[in-house]
Order: sequence, then C-alpha cells, then structure tokens
Amino acid sequence: MPDLNELENRALQAVAAAGDPAALDEVRVGYLGKKGRLTQHLKQLGGLPAEERPAAGQAINRVKQTVQQAIEERQRVLQARLLDAQLEQDAIDVTLPGRGQSPGGLHPVTRTMKRIERLFTPLGFTVAEGPEIEDDYHNFEALNIPAHHPARAMHDTFYFNAHTLLRTHTSSVQVRVMAAHKPPLRIIAPGRVYRCDSDLTHTPMFHQVEGLLIDETVSFANLKGMLDEFLHRFFERDDLQVRFRPSYFPFTEPSAEVDIQCVMCSGNGCRVCGQSGWLEVLGCGMVHPKVFEYADIDNERYTGLAFGMGVERLAMLRYGVNDLRLFFENDLTFLRQFN
Amino acid sequence: MKFSEQWLREWVDPPVSTEELVEQLTMAGLEVDAVEPAGASAAGVVVGEVLSVGPHPDADKLRVCSVDAGQEGPLQIVCGAANVRAGGKYPLALIGARLPGDLKIKKSKLRGVESHGMLCSARELGMGDDRQGLLELPDAAVTGTGLQDLLGLDDHMIELDLTPNRGDCLGVEGIAREVGALTRCPVTAIAIDPVPDAIADRFDIDVQAPEACPRYLGRVIRGVDPGASTPLWMQEKLRRGGLRSIDPVVDVTNYVLLELGQPMHAFDRDRLSGGICVRYARDGEELTLLDERCVSLGSDTLVIADHQKTLAIAGVMGGVDSGISESTTDLFLECAWFAPEVIAGRARQYAMHTDSSHRFERGVDFELQHRAMQRATRLLQDITGGQAGPVVEVVAAAQLPARDPITLRNARISRVLGLAPDADVVTDILERLGMQVAVMDEGWQVTPPSFRFDITIEADLVEEIGRVYGYDRLPSCALTGALEMQAAPDSGVSIDRLSVALVDRGYQEAITYSFVDPSLQSVLNPGSRPVSLANPISSELADMRTSLWPGLLTALQHNRKRQVSRLRLFEHGLRFRAQDNEIIQDDVIGGVLSGDRHPEHWDGKPEPVDFYDMRSHVETLVSLSGQIAHCQFVQGAHPALHPGQTAVIHLHGRDVGWLGRIHPEIASSHDLDPDTFLFELEVAALKNAAPVHFQELSRYPSIRRDLAVVVNSELPAGELETAVKGLGGELLRGMVIFDVYQGKGVETGRKSIAFGLILQDSSRTLTDKDVEAVVTRVTDGLSEKFGAQLRE
Repeated sequence: MPDLNELENRALQAVAAAGDPAALDEVRVGYLGKKGRLTQHLKQLGGLPAEERPAAGQAINRVKQTVQQAIEERQRVLQARLLDAQLEQDAIDVTLPGRGQSPGGLHPVTRTMKRIERLFTPLGFTVAEGPEIEDDYHNFEALNIPAHHPARAMHDTFYFNAHTLLRTHTSSVQVRVMAAHKPPLRIIAPGRVYRCDSDLTHTPMFHQVEGLLIDETVSFANLKGMLDEFLHRFFERDDLQVRFRPSYFPFTEPSAEVDIQCVMCSGNGCRVCGQSGWLEVLGCGMVHPKVFEYADIDNERYTGLAFGMGVERLAMLRYGVNDLRLFFENDLTFLRQFN
Repeated sequence: MKFSEQWLREWVDPPVSTEELVEQLTMAGLEVDAVEPAGASAAGVVVGEVLSVGPHPDADKLRVCSVDAGQEGPLQIVCGAANVRAGGKYPLALIGARLPGDLKIKKSKLRGVESHGMLCSARELGMGDDRQGLLELPDAAVTGTGLQDLLGLDDHMIELDLTPNRGDCLGVEGIAREVGALTRCPVTAIAIDPVPDAIADRFDIDVQAPEACPRYLGRVIRGVDPGASTPLWMQEKLRRGGLRSIDPVVDVTNYVLLELGQPMHAFDRDRLSGGICVRYARDGEELTLLDERCVSLGSDTLVIADHQKTLAIAGVMGGVDSGISESTTDLFLECAWFAPEVIAGRARQYAMHTDSSHRFERGVDFELQHRAMQRATRLLQDITGGQAGPVVEVVAAAQLPARDPITLRNARISRVLGLAPDADVVTDILERLGMQVAVMDEGWQVTPPSFRFDITIEADLVEEIGRVYGYDRLPSCALTGALEMQAAPDSGVSIDRLSVALVDRGYQEAITYSFVDPSLQSVLNPGSRPVSLANPISSELADMRTSLWPGLLTALQHNRKRQVSRLRLFEHGLRFRAQDNEIIQDDVIGGVLSGDRHPEHWDGKPEPVDFYDMRSHVETLVSLSGQIAHCQFVQGAHPALHPGQTAVIHLHGRDVGWLGRIHPEIASSHDLDPDTFLFELEVAALKNAAPVHFQELSRYPSIRRDLAVVVNSELPAGELETAVKGLGGELLRGMVIFDVYQGKGVETGRKSIAFGLILQDSSRTLTDKDVEAVVTRVTDGLSEKFGAQLRE
C-alpha cells in the first residue's frame, strides 16, 4: 500500500491536471469513489491494530477532505472558465443598428395646434369644431360682415354657389357655439380655412385657431394679459416684445393686431419682418355688439373677447421654416424634422 | 393710400421725425406699409436752360446742346432725348453728380463730342418710370437752382394699409385731422374760396334714385385751354400719391381725390345731351368704359346717364364716349355723394377696382361736395383758364346719413377697456377727433362729425377712446373666473390617441389639400358625387375630396419621385359628398402603406408589406376605441382596390370604412408601387363606444382545445370564426386561429383551418364531459354549415 502522503500528492496533482469537468469527475471517482484509492485505504483500516486505527482513520479522512476540497475548488475554476468561453462566444457588435419599426411623427401644423390647445385648455377653454363647407350666414353675416361689406374683399372666398362656401376663418365656429350654448363660454376652434389665393406667401388652404371667451367681467385688459402670456409661452422667450396695435375686424370692437418683436432678427430688421422689426401674429378684439345681437346674447350683461391666429405662420416663426408651401407638399425629408 | 409726407406737413406739422410720425400712425391703427424716399438724392442736379440745339456730326439720334446752368459760361451737353428743344428747362446733372444706380457723371465724349454733364429724365432721377424723354421743368424755374430745392425732393412717400372703416383717411386732409388729434398740433385747412359764376350755363340734373344719390352737384366750365399742362408741383404730388399725370383736367380731379378724398368726374360738355339723369341701369344696358371695356349692366347698378345714353357707372368709372379728350374745351364737372351700400360690390361685379369706388364703398364725407367742387374749379381755372357756371345741386336731405348723438357711459368704457380714465381725458380725446361733446351725468352725448362714417354706436366710441389713449398704455391683466372642471369622456377614443398609435407604427402624418384633382378622384372613386368649387384656384384643385386617398396617393407619388419608397402616411380630416340636396362632411382617418415591412436592416431580407400589416393597424385603431369585439372585416369590392384584397370594415354591423391593396391597374397608370395598401375609417364610429362594464373574474382554470377542420378554400375564415363563436356557447371565452394550410394532405379546392378554443366557467372547474360537449357542438355545427371535416 502506497504511502498516504504520496497518495495525497498524486491525487492533488491529478486534480490540478484535470482540464474539464469530465476529467475532474474521473479523478474524483478514482480517489473518492466506491472503489477509489482513498476509499480502499479506509477499507484496509480493519487490518490494523486497534490502537493504531483511530490515528490512521483520521489521517485518511484528512487526506480525503483535502482532496475533496481541491476537487471543489478545481470545479469552480473549470466552471468559470467554461462560462468565460460561453460569454466570449455570445459577444456581438453592439454598434450595429437595432431592429423593428421606427416611429413616425405628427405634422408640424398639428404639433403647433396641439401646443396652442395645451396652452389654452388649462384656462378653461374647450376645443370646438365646425363644418368646413359653411353658409354665408355663419361665415359672414352673423359676424357683422353683410353682403358687399368691403371687409369681404379681405377674404378671397371659395364658393360652391351664392350661399355656400368654404369657411374663410374658424370664426364661423364661434357663431355655431354661441347659437348652441349659453354664456359663460370659453372655446378655441382650431381647423382648416380656405382663401382663394396662391403665391409664395399664400396657400389656398391653411389653419387657424380661433378663441372666444364670453363672461360677465371680461375686458380688453384681460385680452392683453392673456395673449401677452400666450406669446411668451408659445415662443418660450421671457424677453419677447409684444405690442397691441389698433386694427379693424367687423366682428370685434375694439380690435387689435398683435405684433411680436421679430424672432429672426431680434427686432433689428430683416427680410422676414420687412425691415420693421415687428411681426404680426394675431388678430383680436372685444366681441362686437352686433355679433351678440345675432346670437341673442345680452350686451349689457356680457362682454366677450375673441382672437384668431394663423397656425402655419406661428409654426414658421417657431421653427424657422422659410417656405409656407412646404407644409402641404408632405415631403418626408421635411416632415421627419419635426419627429 | 399713398401720400407725400411734405404734403401732409403743409396741413399739420408735428415736431417729430419721419420715423416717429410713421410709428404714431401705425400705433393709432393707420398701419404704415411702406416709406420710400420721394426721389434719389439730387445733389449736383440743377435747372438747366437749353440755349441752342444742334446736330451731332456723327450720330443722327444725338444732339449737341448749349446749356445755361447758371454758371459763368454755357456748357456743351450731348443729349439723345427726342423732346429737347431750345428754350426748354430740364434737370442737368453736373460733373460730379451721382444718380441712382450709382451712375457718376463725368466729363465724357459721346461719338467724339465732349459733354459736360447730362440732361435727365424723371426715371434717371429715381422719380418714377416715365421714359418719355427729359423731365420738363417749368419756365419759371430759376436757371441754376438745385433740383432738390425746386422739387422738394427731400420728401417721403408714405403708404398706409387702411382698414375698411377708415374711409375718412383716404385723403390728405383726413390723415392731417388724425395726426392733429394724435399729436395735438394745429391743422391748417387750405383756404377754399368759392369761384363765382362767370357764365350762366347750367346743365339739368334729374336724380331718380335719391336714396342712392342723395347729393349731386354739377357745374359747367367753358373755355378751358386744351393745350395747358399740369404744373410740376401738382405732377409731383400726384406721383408721390401713386397717380400718374394724364392731362390737367383729370389731374385736377385726381388731386382733389388725394387731397380731400372726394372722387369727381369730368364729362365733355359737348358730348352730353339734354340733362343728367341719375338712375338704376336697365338690365342688359351696355356701356363702354374709359378703359375701353364694354360691360353689360345689371339693374342693381346705379348709372349716370343723359337723355340719350348711359355715361358712367356711378361712383366707379366713366364711359369712354363722354370722357374728355385732347380737344375738350367745355366741361361738366360732377361731384356727388353716393350711398356706400349702393356702390359696394359693383366694382367687383364688373371686375374693376377704382380709386373712386374704393372711397365711395367705404364712405365719403357727405358734407364735402361743395368744398371739393370749389377747390377743383379754382385749380382748373388756375391751370387751364375757363369760365365757370353756377353750381347746380340736387339734394335729398332726408336721405343723407343722420348724425344722431350717441350716449357714451363712463362705466361702459371701464368695463370694456378695463380702465377708468378721467372724464376730462375722455372729453379731450372726443373733441380732438372732431366730435361734438356734451358732458352728462355718468357720461357724454357725442355727435360724430360727418366724415366719421364708422362711428354710430357706443362701442365705436369706446374703441376711439382706447385707440387715441394708446393700446400700449391700456392695462393688461390676467384672466380670472370660476374654476370649473371639464368633461372627461370615458368611452371612445380621441383622434390624438389614434394618431399616436399610427405614429408609433411608423406612420408620418400628412396634411393634404381638401380640394383635389377631379381626374384622379374619378379614377379612385367613380361612383361618388363630389362637391365642386365654383371658383377653384386651378383645374387640378377643383373638387372637394370624397376620400383622403387622392391626397395621400399624391403625397406618395411626390415622395416616390424623391426616391423614398418605404412610406407610411396617414391623414385626418373631413371628406365631402353630395347626397340628395345636402353636403355630407364626415370626419375620417385614412392611411397609405407601401414599401418594406421594416426599415432596411443588416440582418434579414427585406419583405414587402401585405394586407395583414395594414389590417393590424386598422385593428389597433378599432381596439383603442374598445369595440374590436364588434368589428368584422368583410370581403368587398371597391374600384380603387384589388378585387381579391379588399375588405369592408363593419362595426356593429355598419360599414365604417375600407381597407385593401391598390388596384394593380391604378398602380401602374399612376406610377405607384403595386404593394400599396390603403385604409379609411369614419372617426365618429370610433367615438361611439359603450362605456366599460366589469365582468366577474373566474377563479377556475381555463382549458384550451385545438381543432383543425377542412373546408372549401373559398370560405372566409371570418365566417368560420363567427360560426364558432355562435356555436361555442357561454363557456367559450376565446378563439384563436393559429394555422391555415393548403397543400399536401388536403385535397385540392379545400383548406385546413386550425384553431384553439378557450373554455372556462365562472363557478366550477370544467370536466372532460363539458369540454367534449362544446367540441362536439362546434364540429357538428361546422360540418352542417360548411361541410367541414375534422382533420385528425
């Protein structure tokens, strides 16, 4: 029977030499298995004198434990090596592009209209809609623009027949809302409008957002305060200069046009603002008493304010778009810029 | 309205610069559109008197002139203008002068003859486009005087973009009044002395429509000099007011138009017969206008006629036959007031827009006619001579606009403007505007002047207070009001949510015109009745869309031309259809899908999209509305779509849209990819969902049983699905088709459809017997209905 020390050394060398889990298992069976060499040693203990047996048993068990530990240690090493190999095999090129659908986007006009809605709805404005093919009454007459009024010349109107037309502004929605609901009212009316005009700076269709607020204590001061804040929020510029300039619309009085300091040149004068340093962005005013008369609203009890803005114009200024016609060509290279 | 700043300053001269004046006008609601210099700097240009004109030795068209420029000796100038004559006075650019276009005048030789300067036309001096030779200067101009001083070229042309309510500012006088009110500077009105009658000639006036023409003044002037020419100062004021000098008579009426805002008309007295008659036209009556167009008049048109013929459309344009000519010596001058509502629309009706109609439709001061008549007579006599007859006036005083006093309440001002100005401030503003003001308790009685047509109610006065006070000085404050909750509907789906779903599936939103090319629309939707525009912008945009597809396909073509083939576009908006005598305007959402299913990728082969890609997108939209259980896709036929790949979308049994592949013939004729898919869905249908209703959860396990049946290959799977759901009974909680197979093992003309049944009860665990009963019911039912065989 070989010397126990030598057996231990041989076993430990065999463990260290095992290159994979199978070889290690073979070593384990060869030394620690039922017929393993260390197991044989234990079986031979009976042949020793009784007083030597405990010491010899202890010695063998110690060697067994040492070998057992070495095997476990070796197992961990081999497993780690295996995992490393697996991981190396799994490695990919993370710089290659991902798979699947890429998102599209909303049209810049929609995006702008939604922003305008988001700014006004917290103030209690709700969104109202109306037909785009309108009648003369809702588009003109009820807004204090009778037939042959010179203001009609400002609206190059598309007609279907003498009384049916494409709405020239979303103010027609105001008329419908006032007919259907009693004040107080707070609405905005976004949508398509049409004018028979087509050149570099006009498209025959464009978008407006119209607003109407009727209540018992609404004044021009509120109109100024609200629109001033709106323009600062919309352009996200605290230092934006805003001015209210007297103007004329048949359906409001007093009427104003609102200019902002040119966002292209900061008011120094450029091609976009016609060297004036100002850009007209809004029309507004207090609801004209005639309009209330048509809607059967008490002029003494209520006052109202109204405003209207061109969405494409605001979008152009906000994003620096230099050609109005791009909005309706639906060229993907244009649309994708707003995603 | 365009005018000379100097002219305005003759009336009112506030101590402010041009820039400040322009700013004040704009901020008072008279928006200044443009400010231009009246002429280029004319430094170095003087009045030159041509002493003699001789031929050029080497050039037929050139002349060699001797010109006195007020210097020691005459200068030799070579000139090519046809109108140069000895004794004439013309602008002479001396050596060293700089003319527009950076032309520097140097001593030069023209075809070998020295020239010491240049005689100039108006155009060369930056004074308009007149190419008619040299600018003729008046004989009275002192030779050698600088042109800058002579013509007052240190001036600006100011152009106002006036709003339609401010007809009173369509004359220098009106603008001067406004500037006076704004700046508190005195306004010096021109002295207008009546020109006494020198002759007794009268011409009868008969106004048959006094409500349309409450005031008509006429005057005969005889013996005007047809050879007279308009003085330079008047030509210059006209030019700076945007009008061309024509002849002295027309120039005088135009001058009065610019100065006072009163349109006038001069007839050739010798071409009139009988007397003037102001009446409505007879239907179909014809008139050849000054611009030589012949128009057929309608009975809504007021005309000026004599006893034999129609002379003019009242307030719009005169006729060519009664107008003045080069030989006219006797005139009949008309100065009238026409009611705005009678003139309004006429000019447009006859496709005209004249300075006269522009003013009359906005309202001319109805007390201006006598002054204007006298002013014009005086100017005419000064320029052309002649003797004036008496002014004949026909007036219907009751038909003239009334200037009723308006009550203005202090409380109303503060309520509307949010400002309570001092009573003195209000009174002052009103008086500065020319109103008659009586102070009352709590307010004022205000009578507006005859020139402020636009002011008839209290609101008009409130606006004037705010305007003159200054919008920029009015208070600005945040909105206040009761905080009220808004409705928040719990069922249906918003268009925003639908848009987001499509965007997340790679769609880009498009916005296309609501009017489309009728030829494309008739190909895509030949059966529909489009609504057509009476005045389209072009024949390609003449019909309202009956579907979103023409616009979306046009956008698709646009991008294909730019080498973009993978496209997913959607749009939301109205479509328009004529139905009986009504126009139906439906809110729809539609999309177009073409190109590869996925963006090009390094791993894997590109696959084109197919019907089921788009169907899943439509199913998503319906699912978002909470109604997918009530939605069916039924085989259909649509002229724009492939007959074998077309589905009608049913929701609660109603047609709400279409889905399908483009018809291959349309694809090839319109340069579209045949793998193009389209859908359109009514938005209202998606908003109609029923509110959510909770159903008890089952605590017992569900059981799935898979079956495969063989049916005729024509049988739509949707019908089988409907049948299975009907046969399954209460225990059937779900059904899923997981395989459709045709080929080996299934006889020709038949197909195998494999599906799973998901069964569950809410009160107990199902037994094999329960499951078998459902399976048997389904298989028996399918066998009976479709001849389906269970595939083992």
